[in-house]
Order: sequence, then C-alpha cells, then structure tokens
Amino acid sequence: MTIEINNQPYDLPDDARISLLDFMRERLELFGSKKGCNQGACGACTVLVDGERILSCLALAAQYDGRSVTTIEGVANGDELHPLQALFVENEGMQCGYCTPGQIMSGIALKSELERGAPSNVSADLTVAPRMSRDEIKERLSGNLCRCGAHNGIIDAVAAYVGGEEQ
Amino acid sequence: MTNIKPNSSSHKSDPNRRQVLAGSAAVAAIGAFGLPVGAQTTAAPAASGAFASLGVPHIRRDGAEKARGGAKFAAEYSYPGMVYGALVYSTIARGTITSLETAEAEAAPGVVLVMTHENAPRLERPEPFYSSPTGMAGSSTPVMQDAEVLWNGQPVAVVLASTQEEADHAATLINVAYEEAEAVTSFDVAAESAQTSFYAGRDLLIEEGDAETALADAEVSIDLSFNTPAHNHNQIEPHAVTVLWQDGILRMHDCSQGVDLSAITIAKVFGISPAEVHLSAEYVGGGFGGKTVWQYHILAAAASQLADRPVRMSLTREGVFRICGARAPTRQRVALGSDREGRLTSLIHTGTTMKIENNSMTEPFFEQSEHMYRADNMHLEIRAGTMDMLANTFMRAPGAATGTFTLEVALDELAERLAIDPIELRVRNEPEVNPTTGRAHSQRALVDAYREGARRFGWIPRSGQRQGYREGEWQVGTGMAAAYYPYKRFPGGAARITLNGEGGALIETAAADMGMGTTTATAAVASERLGIPYDAIEVRHGDNTLPGALIAAASQQTAAIGASLTAAHEVLLAELASLVPATSPLHGLPAAELGTAEGALYSLADPQQQIPLVDLVALSESGTVSAEAQGGPISEWTQDWSMHSTGAVFTEVRVNSVTGEIRVPRITAIYDCGKILNSKLAESQFRGGIIMALGMTLMEGASFDERNGRVMNPSFGSYYMPTHLDVPHIDVGWTDIPDPQAPTGARGIGEIGMSGPAAAIANAIYDATGKRARDLPIRLDALM
Ligand code: FES
Ligand code: FES
Repeated sequence: MTIEINNQPYDLPDDARISLLDFMRERLELFGSKKGCNQGACGACTVLVDGERILSCLALAAQYDGRSVTTIEGVANGDELHPLQALFVENEGMQCGYCTPGQIMSGIALKSELERGAPSNVSADLTVAPRMSRDEIKERLSGNLCRCGAHNGIIDAVAAYVGGEEQ
Repeated sequence: MTNIKPNSSSHKSDPNRRQVLAGSAAVAAIGAFGLPVGAQTTAAPAASGAFASLGVPHIRRDGAEKARGGAKFAAEYSYPGMVYGALVYSTIARGTITSLETAEAEAAPGVVLVMTHENAPRLERPEPFYSSPTGMAGSSTPVMQDAEVLWNGQPVAVVLASTQEEADHAATLINVAYEEAEAVTSFDVAAESAQTSFYAGRDLLIEEGDAETALADAEVSIDLSFNTPAHNHNQIEPHAVTVLWQDGILRMHDCSQGVDLSAITIAKVFGISPAEVHLSAEYVGGGFGGKTVWQYHILAAAASQLADRPVRMSLTREGVFRICGARAPTRQRVALGSDREGRLTSLIHTGTTMKIENNSMTEPFFEQSEHMYRADNMHLEIRAGTMDMLANTFMRAPGAATGTFTLEVALDELAERLAIDPIELRVRNEPEVNPTTGRAHSQRALVDAYREGARRFGWIPRSGQRQGYREGEWQVGTGMAAAYYPYKRFPGGAARITLNGEGGALIETAAADMGMGTTTATAAVASERLGIPYDAIEVRHGDNTLPGALIAAASQQTAAIGASLTAAHEVLLAELASLVPATSPLHGLPAAELGTAEGALYSLADPQQQIPLVDLVALSESGTVSAEAQGGPISEWTQDWSMHSTGAVFTEVRVNSVTGEIRVPRITAIYDCGKILNSKLAESQFRGGIIMALGMTLMEGASFDERNGRVMNPSFGSYYMPTHLDVPHIDVGWTDIPDPQAPTGARGIGEIGMSGPAAAIANAIYDATGKRARDLPIRLDALM
C-alpha cells in the first residue's frame, strides 16, 4: 500500500484509524496542512487528491492507496512561490496564517472547478458554465473559515488568480 | 478641542522628543528610511485630506513562510520519544470524584501513563490575571490536585500514549464516578445574587449626580434592556503545546499571547524559577484574548515530568470549548435622558454578567459609556453573578464589544425619538474633556471620523423617519454607530537593539505575534527610530529568553514596544557616544545631544556633524553595539491624559421579507486611533475586528445546558461564524493623526473593529424593517 504525496511515495500506515491529515502531520512531519477542527468544518486541512480538493481530516489514509496527493508544501516551484501563494502575500490574504494553506489549496482547486464549468450554489444558470464573479469565488471558498478576518485579502488574491470577469 | 495641559510636566514621552527633532534638518532623512515625515508632526486634522491612507504598507515579513505552509506552530515541533496527550473531561458541574477506573486504559496499546489527581505531581495553584502583575492564567482553580470538580469539562485524567489514536482510544476506557453537588449553572440563578464587581483595580461602579431622578425628569427618555450570550474566540489553531523537560529546563512550544508571563505563571505552578522555563511561540494561530494559560499547559508539563517523555498536547475543538474560557454573557440596561436638543442629562448603563469564584475577570461593558459622551448625571454599574462554570475571560474588545452594541442602539433610538440625525446627536454630546476623569484628550477627532464616514458611505441624514426602502423581497436599510476602545500600555516592556558591522540592526523583544504583524510593525518603528533602512532590521520575538514581559492584549503591544525601543535607543546613544574618537567634533557630546539618522550618529545641534554607525561599531571590541532597556513609566494614560480610540461605523443591511435572511452588503468604518503605522496591516486588523463583530451580531453564541452546565455547541458545525460569502468588501479609513502622548503616535488597532458594527447593523435592521432587535445574535427568527 503506497501513497504519493508531493511526488514522493510513502508506505501507508497499518493503523486503519489514521486520517490522511494525521498521517501527513504526525507520521511524515508534513505540517503544512493544518488541523483546525478535525471534523470537516473549517477547511484548514484541504489538500488535492489527483487534482480534486478534499478535507484530509475526514479521509482515512488507508483509503488513498495508489492516489496522488498535493499539499501546500508541494505547490511552489522550489524557492519560487506558486502564483496564488504570491498573491496571498501581496494582498495581505492572511494574518495568523493558520487557515492560509487550506485557503490556498481551495483557491487552486476552485480555479480548475470553474474552468471545467462546475456550478456552485450561487450559480444563476445551471445550464451554462458559471459566470466568474466574486460571489462565485466566495461561495466556493466558504468551506474555508478564517477567524482573523483576512477575508477581503483572501478573495482579492483568489480573484486575481482566477482572473476573468469581475462583478 | 480644548488644549488643557496635564498635571504632570515630567512626562517624557517619545513624540515630545520627536517634536524637538522636527525642527532639525535630520528629520527629513529619518523619514526616508522609516515612517513618513508626516508621522512626526502633531498637526491639527485637515477636514478630509488627512484621511488618505498614509503609513508605509510594508508587506508582512512572515507572509511567504505562512503561504508556503512552512510557519511552525506549537503542535509542530517533534522530539525523540515524544508521546501524545488526551484528556478526559468531567461530566458534572460540581461535586467530587468518588472513583476512577484506569486499569483498562493503562493496559491499552501504546499507553505510557494515565495521570489523575491521585498520581499527579503536587502543584501550586496558577496565578490568574490581576492576582499578581505576572498572572496569566484563566483561573486559580487547582490543576488535578484533588477529587473536587468545579465545572463541567474540568480535566479529570490525562492519557499519554505513543500515538494520538492510542491516547484518544484509551481515554474512552476510563470510568469516573462522581458524587454530585448542587451547582449554579443557570445565568438567571446566578444573576439573582450578583454583586457589584471589582475588576482591574476598581469597583465597577460610577455615580455622578442622580441619574435616576434626572431620567425621570428628562424631557425625552428611553429605558432599554439587552441580552448578549457567551462568545468563543475560536482561533482556527486549537490550543496546543509541545513540552519536554531537558537539562533542568522545562521547554515549551506554546501558542501564547504573552510568552514571558506564561512562562512565569507556569514556573510558579511547578515551584521552579522562571529561568528554568523556556517558552516560545514564534507563530500563534490566532489569539483574540484566549491564548493564555489554561489547564492543558500545566497538565502536559506535569504528565511529561511524570512519564519522563516529551509530550504533545493538542486540544480537540471540543476540548478548546470545554477548558479554554471565553466571553461571558451579559444582561444590560441602558437608559438615556435628554433635553429636546438631545443633550444628555442622564446616562445609565448597568447590568449583570458572570464570573467564577476563582477568577477576577468581569466583562467591563460600561467603559465606552464612561468615556464617550458628556452627561450631567451618570450611573454605571456592573454586577457579576458567580457560576460553577468554566472561567470566563478576555475576548477581543472586552466590554466594548457588547457595551457599544447596547449604548449605540440606545442612542439610535433616542435620536429617532428626538427627530435628530444620529450623527448629530452624537456630535452634540461630544465631550470637551473626558466626561468622568476631566482629563484632556491626548488627541480626539471623532467628529472628523463621523463626517468622513458619512461622506464615504453616502449617509442620508434623517430626522425621526426611517430611510429604509424595499427592493423586491428585500428590505434595505442603513445604520451607524460609534466605535470605542481605550488606549493602554502595560509596564514590563523591554527591547534590545544590537547594531552589526554591516549597517543593520537586530531588535529583540519577547513580544507575541498572533497574526497582527508585530515583527513587521516593530521593524518599521525601529527603522524610523534608529535611522536604519527597514530591510536591514531583523526582529526576533515570541521567546521568553528575549527582553521584556510583553503581552499582546488590550491593543497595547505596539505602544509597549515603541516605548521600549525609545528607551533602548537612549541607552544605545550613550554606548555610541562612548565610542566616538577624540578626533571627532562629536567627541564629548552627551547622549542627550546626539541622534541617529541615515545610518549615522549626529549632533542634534549641528546635524552636519556625523559619524557613520558602521565606523563606530567597527571601533567596538565585540564588533557589535548593543543596548537594552525597559519602556518608561506608563503615566501618559494612567495619570496624565484621556487616551481613547474612537471610530464611526456605517452599514447597509438587507433583510429578506420572506425568509428573514439578513445580509450586510456594505460597511464603511473610519477610525481615530492615532498614527497608522502600516496601512496594509491596519486595514486587515480593522476588518478582522469588524468581521468578528459581524459574527457576534448575526450568528455567534455558545449555548449551555442549564441543567448541567455543559456547552452544547462545541464545534464549528454548531457555533456559527462568518464565512467568505457572509463578508462584504469592507471600506476602512482613518484620521491618521498621531497621538502626541503615545510612544509611536499610534494608539492600537487590534480591538476597536469589534466595537461598533453590532449597533450599526442592528440600527440598519431597524431602518430596513422597523423592528428593534435588542438581543444578540440577531438571527432570522427575530425578524420573521
Ligand atoms: S481540520 Fe479538516 S475541516 Fe477542519
Ligand atoms: S489568517 Fe488566522 S485564521 Fe485566517
């Protein structure tokens, strides 16, 4: 049983109780993904599995045999920040930084969701591809809580990253 | 604004020094390196031009590290042999543990220790806030020392195991039996025997004149009651600590808002010297008043000692709700009497909150009423009932968060009754000097903030008529309120400045950064003070081995750091003076006649005479020049001046007439907080407070089962907080007038955002719907 995390193969744990998040944090010391609630309510643990975002606190590591996971540690190009990471810094899309990895991973994922036309709860017309708007971004990021209140900067950063029409 | 001199002339605040400097040629150069030169003047407010976003918007220094996921938090340090902690919580509110069955847990896989009151090391009671100058604990309740249970959620056992999963499982195998005692777990019951409370060195009672008679005799009066529930900080990082005992030192990686005070408090519990505790917290995942000393710190350290293993203790989200205190509920009465022109003749702000026997924290919700408006007669009083619950504590803008809600809603109602615009009513009651202390304002331009806010928001003045209108299903309204938070500066701040041979400097101070941007702001202040480029300044913080006992609380840390840097700079000047070679014209000048700017030491009398700092550092034996000092006396706010920040908040609210859904599409807030040191960070701080206030107004509240005192919604799934879709783009601005009495000209910005929006939103809801909501949170059922 192996899992790939940021292009590195790892053996999966024997203990079936271990969540993907705890596996990464406590066994592999990949602390970039954060644990805000451990119950699927804050988004701090968001990672990509084969390009789709999931909440790694709600995923059992053993279920991800053969899958490829990307975490916040895997999106930069060496010293060069991922474009969305750089936009978070420029736009003051953070304060304490604890929600930040999850917000960035969600931001990366929502761009591809929008690009392939997946609708959200605020999409007005389900028969056509959703029109880019700040509300589309906000809705798609609403699973990522921020208690410091960096919301405006976060949305500015993600909107600049996603591009397209502004509302 | 009248210009009354304070009694004390001995006050030597830094801005005075800067005013002296303002005449010298060197000042323009200082500005080039650090803060804009405008920051150093004390010019009167210009009507609107002064509201431009001044202040250099340096990008936060730790931004890239946080964005990479590389910032290390308390639960992210590992040691060989480290074990994981899990807690077992009491299920009764008060009583005695009669039996503890731990054998099954002890035998469970991976378990290395089960600690209960029967085998825990003997510990002193923790010192809570206000019990000593260094008390940093939420309460003095003993930590696992006996069989007594004092709240529902009190830890009764700690399990250490090789993995978190094993510890969590073993914790479920422990059986605890209790003999229950009668407990006060209903706020109603506690309120019946509430007493006038003593808090922060005074009785929470202020009486001037006869407010009740004045109310009865007033030409116009209102008398209103309000309720606000308990609130949780809900930092996204749950409280956590990694602990080990090594070479006689208790090493703790913590998430503390005040590393030094946390270390001292914990040292005293273990009966060791503070020098035997090394506590650091470089990154803290949100604080808001809640990242102080709670039982888990002590339990983790005690269990680590007992097991002789490093321990990581990360609270679950439910654990945070059960053992880390939060804002207490309140019941408030605000009664206002005025003449027909709206001049207040009576201001009554009284009410009840709760505390526990083992703490001294009373939610001080009348403070804004004490300092904001002139009234001939006043009665301000807070009573506290004692409950058998988790200790309540400080949460962002203690007192003012709920106190401004009630006062500012009452003013809105009075304005309507008087048929006066709500801004005009406030302007008419703007005090010339502090209404209760009589001291002169150090700086106050609230009226400018009202005017600028009204202009930016597009406020429509009203005189007793609602301005709300309907747009399809939506009822739209606007409302405004004032914001308030006091200036404070605590003693104990200190800093060390070390100049290196490359023209740079290292600043070391035990300050905390929970995300406000402390290191970024400190570097900017140091750059301005030293005349050294911002990028050549390194800042170390968040470690109790660094100078000072600072705490990021009450929005005072920036002032404390500023005063410490000023003091350290004075010592540094003396050090530099001693290095000046005999051949230099600066030779023999005392420190008081010297300054630093543009990377050089210069003569204040003749700024052309200078020596590059690198040349002086090269003359020192060690190759560096270092100076450390404590911040000066704090009399500027305790004795001399009335120092308070204010603001004006405007909101638009839309209420759906079918579903009752409430939305807040527009917020404008203008603050009068002194100098803004970094516009980017300040904007974010203000917005952060406003967003937390939005949550407090429309969704937040911790619910307790009154039968047994247990919190009923200890999760993010049931304690609602604002999400992205709830939060509009928030327009913030500031008067940016330096406070001549504050060490950096800045009065603090972390908490005032929390004050004002609740009333502005409630007032807008009234404007939209004609319904007055006086209980928080205002959820849709209140408007159906
Ligand atoms: S930690 Fe996974 S959603 Fe909160
Ligand atoms: S930056 Fe602190 S929780 Fe979002």
